[in-house]
Order: sequence, then C-alpha cells, then structure tokens
Amino acid sequence: MVRALGFETRVALRFLLEGRMQSLLIVVGVAAGVAVVAYISALISGLQANTLEKTLGAQAHVTVRAADDTVRPARAAAAGEQRLARTQPREQRPRSIADWPALMAELQARPEVAAVSPMVSAAGLGLRGEATQAIALVGVELERYDRIVQLKSKVVAGSARLGPGEAMVGRDLAADLGLAVGDRFTIVTGNVSEITRVTALVDLGVRELNRRTVYVPLRSAQSLVGLPGGATSLDLRLHDVWAAGTLAAALAAQLPYEVEGWQQANAQLVSALNAQTISTTIIRVVVATVVVLGIASVLVVSVVQKQREIGILRAMGATRAQVQRVFLLQGAVVGALGSLLGVALAVALIAGFTRFARGSDGLPLFSIGLPPALALQVALGATIAGVLAAVAPARRAAALDPAQAIRL
Amino acid sequence: MKANGELVALRGLRKSYNVGRPNEAEVLHGLDLTIARGEFAALIGPSGSGKSTLLNILGLLERPTGGSYRLLGDETTTLDEQALTLRRREALGFVFQFHHLLPAFSALENVTLPALMRHGHVDAAAQARATGMLAAVGLAEALHKRPGELSGGMQQRVAIARALVGEPPLVLADEPTGNLDRASSDEVFALMRRMHAERGTAFLVVTHDPRLAERCDRIVELVDGAIVSDKRHAPSG
Repeated sequence: MVRALGFETRVALRFLLEGRMQSLLIVVGVAAGVAVVAYISALISGLQANTLEKTLGAQAHVTVRAADDTVRPARAAAAGEQRLARTQPREQRPRSIADWPALMAELQARPEVAAVSPMVSAAGLGLRGEATQAIALVGVELERYDRIVQLKSKVVAGSARLGPGEAMVGRDLAADLGLAVGDRFTIVTGNVSEITRVTALVDLGVRELNRRTVYVPLRSAQSLVGLPGGATSLDLRLHDVWAAGTLAAALAAQLPYEVEGWQQANAQLVSALNAQTISTTIIRVVVATVVVLGIASVLVVSVVQKQREIGILRAMGATRAQVQRVFLLQGAVVGALGSLLGVALAVALIAGFTRFARGSDGLPLFSIGLPPALALQVALGATIAGVLAAVAPARRAAALDPAQAIRL
Repeated sequence: MKANGELVALRGLRKSYNVGRPNEAEVLHGLDLTIARGEFAALIGPSGSGKSTLLNILGLLERPTGGSYRLLGDETTTLDEQALTLRRREALGFVFQFHHLLPAFSALENVTLPALMRHGHVDAAAQARATGMLAAVGLAEALHKRPGELSGGMQQRVAIARALVGEPPLVLADEPTGNLDRASSDEVFALMRRMHAERGTAFLVVTHDPRLAERCDRIVELVDGAIVSDKRHAPSG
C-alpha cells in the first residue's frame, strides 16, 4: 500500500513539512477537536453510567406487579347517551400475582433476562421504644434479590443475612429508630406485627430509600401482609438495561399485570439522559464540522500555494488521480496525527478530572475513562473527516490546468 | 503506423481560445511541422507569436482546436486526458525558464521523481541513474542540496537532468536560459548540446536569444501564429 502510494505519500509528506507551521497549527486544531469530542463523550458516558448505576442500584430493570383493583362502570354509555355517574375508586390491598413461580420460571427462560426475583412489598410501621417510623416493607429471597440489585454490596454494617425473624434496614431508618446491628424492633402492618432482629444496615444510595426500607424474608413479608405463598411483584434484571422499555411493552401486551420498565419509572431521568446524549451529539457534530472546515481551508490554501508544483508534477506525467491522492493523503495524515495527539490530550484531561474533581468525601465524583473502542472511533472519525475535508481541495488541485499552473 | 525517424508531425494544427465566444481568437493558424528523432531545433519568434502555445500543445499540456498532431507516429488529438498524461510521462521531458524544481525536494530527489511517479518507489537502478545524470551535468557534489541552495545555472542543470533521466525521445525547453546571466546561459546551452550529442535526444528550444538560436541545427520562426521560416544549417559556435 505504502509502496503503491509511494509517490503520493512522499509528495504529501513533503508538502506538509514544507508548510510546517501551517501543518502544525491544523494538527493542533484537529487534536483540540478530537480531545474535546473524546473528553466530552467519556465524561457524559461516565456521568450517565454513574447516574444509571445509582438509579438502578436499588431498583429492578423491569417490574411485573399485580394490577390495582379498579371499579368498572355497571354499564357502558351508549352512543349519544349522557350519563351522570360518580365512581368511587376502590381502596387498594396487596394482591398477589397468580402462580408466580410458574411465571417466574417463564420469565427467567427469556434470553434478555438475567435474573428474576419475587417480592412482597407493602407499607408499614417500624416501632422501637417511643420511636415510630413509616416503613416500606420489602420481602425478598436474599440470594435471588441480590442478583437484581446487588443488595449484599450495599451493606455498610453487619452481615447480609435474612433468616426467619431477621431484617436488613436502611441506614437512615436505623438512625431514626436508634437501631444498631443485633437490635430488635417491631414491624407492624395492619393488624399484624412481628419482632425482628437487625442483621445489617444498608446504604441504597438514595436518602429517601435509606429512611424507609426494611428487607425481610419473603415468608415473613407474606405473613405480615396477609398473602401466604404470594408475591406482589416479580423484579427482573436484564442483560441490557436499555432493552427494558421494549421488554416491558412486550410483557404488558402478554400478561394481565402491570409491567413497568425502569425508564417509565424514571421518566425525568431518561429525559435528562436523552438531553445529555443529544447535547453531546450536537457538540460532536459542531466540533467535527469545525475540524473538517479547518482542514479544508488549510488544504485549499495549500493548493493555491502549490499550484506551480502541481503544474510541474502534471507536466512530468503525474495523473489527475495521483495529484488528487496527494491532497487526500495530506488530509488523512493531518487527521491521523491530530487524532493521536487529541486522544493523548483527552487521556490527560480525563486523568486531570479524576485527580482534581473530587466530592466532599475526597473521592472522585465518578469514574470516567476513555474506552479503547471510543478512542478508536473518535480517531477514525477524525481521520475520515480529514480525508473528506481534503476531497474538495484535492479535486481542485487535480483539475488545475498544468499549462496555466506552470505559467503562474 | 510509426513513421521511421519521425518524432513529431503537425498537420494543419490550429489553436483558438474562447471558442464560441465573441472574443474567440485563433493563435495558431494551421501549422505544418515535422521534427525528426535526434534533431536540435530552435523555435523563435516575437512575444505573442504563439511559441508558448505551440510548445504546450507539443508537450500535450494543451489540446489543439483543429488539425493533427502525431507523436511517435500516434495521433494524439483523439487521446483522453489519462492517455495524454501517460504519453507525456513516457515520451517528453520539460525544461522551463524558471527551472520549476520542487523546492521541498533535494536535487537527487527532483531527478528521481519521474521514477517514483511511475513505480511508486525508487529502486537502486533508478537511484544510480539519477546520480549518474546529475554527475553528467556537473552536480555530483550537490546531490542532496535543495534548489534554494543552488545557483540559477545549477538549478537549470538539475532541471535538464530531470528532463533527461527518463530518456525521453524529445525534450521541450521553454527559454531555458532566459533567466540566466550570459555565462550561465552559455554553460546550460552547452550542456544541452552535449546531452543531445551523447544521447541522441531531440531538443526543441524556445528562445529569444538569436545567438543561441544560431547554435541550433534548425531554426523555426513563428510570427503571428504561422511558421514564416524553417531553416536548417550547421550550428555556429
């Protein structure tokens, strides 16, 4: 390849070296563009990954739950008929998914599903001495549920264990109730109460969840809520978090239950993420355009400056295609060199961010990195942009009339 | 069919500019001219007589608007752009008034450019040929100097070496001494004559200098786009 393009490569490199300052400036310009694109992409990816991790760290990707009780009108209104009716909504009670073990096995068999876990959830009260706190009671099978939200990794005190009569409690709730690992407190739901012992305190990453959540064994929750053998919902973890919307829609169409993907449950977050993605794309497009225009303008100037040389080469027998390739190669070289420098600059910026951007706890705000695939993508993009930017100048150079060019 | 010994044959060659426009102007009016292999001819004439246009057409850098131009026996007026370029590469060498070397390349690199252009690389044989050619024009010590480091006469000698290195049958020289002082001018002209004598390469030299024209084997005079005289004689000096 290099040998086949030996003439073009040699001339392109010499032309670039001849205008050293010009070439250096445009390479630095491309590098700045590449660095901005790579850094912004890495930053936004890191931010989004961090946000998603925090958001999905305590919730399932998809939740299948028993539908709410609703009141259906006694008779539907006929066409043209005006009806005056007032429908009183029904009070809601915990309801179980029918034959949930069978449904769980069915869901687990789907290729996009990584894990399924049954849950009984209900509101209740946590009592200890004089203190009373509203709680969100969550009954789970620890091993299964751990595969959904990695609950064990969120333990900040005690050990992750949910035996009969045991509970894992949100860190802030424990503080409100004055609980430590090993302490006992009472859970009350309706008319049922149970004394449980705290085995662990957990930090779910969201203060509101830490102030309310109490994990108990599934069986305990079933008896506390009055749903023996039941499960109010099935939590799903997927291999690809972004497949949640599609799967939720598909399951909603098949099952007589409410199915909600995490995107529906976090619509505002998804909007924010989408806005970020759009902003990043706009920045990338604008920067790429600036890079292309920068390279193109330098090469256009170069064509004007090198008219006589182009004329000589043409007179000596260089074909139009060879002259065209000389300028395309210049674009590619500028793009490739700028890419290398830009990626190195982006790595330095990322290192600087990781080192200096720290939270009040002294830890990095969130981790960002430049995945090789992203670096390669940006570098390839800039190189291709360099070649594309060179197309117009190259065509112009190739179209030069050698007789006229020599006379200049 | 290739004519024996016939290098260039023009028949009724015409060239007009701004064809089809109100300011259309014919600058060459049906020229007939033949140049044989190994000739050393001068093309003279006043400014605006059409010398450069004729040279450009002979060099396949411009197309005539009428007539026939056969180079090495092949009609060139029907060739496409690519074929003209390749024919130019194979059959012609150029020496310009302002040497027109590539300033970013050394003398040796300028002379190896034709080989690089043809093959994509410069092999040892091409390198040796270029080195020998530069030695032949007296620049053995200046192989790696850039044009900017050479005098005008030396630059023109590099240009002659570059024109001859591919051993083309015809070299077209457009006022090759026009930018040189008298001593350099004589030196360059003598070099061309020597190369012609040693290699048998045909030269067509455009010049304003009657002194140099007299040192050619043949003088073709162009006035107002027409050949008004075509004399062969024994060169003086």
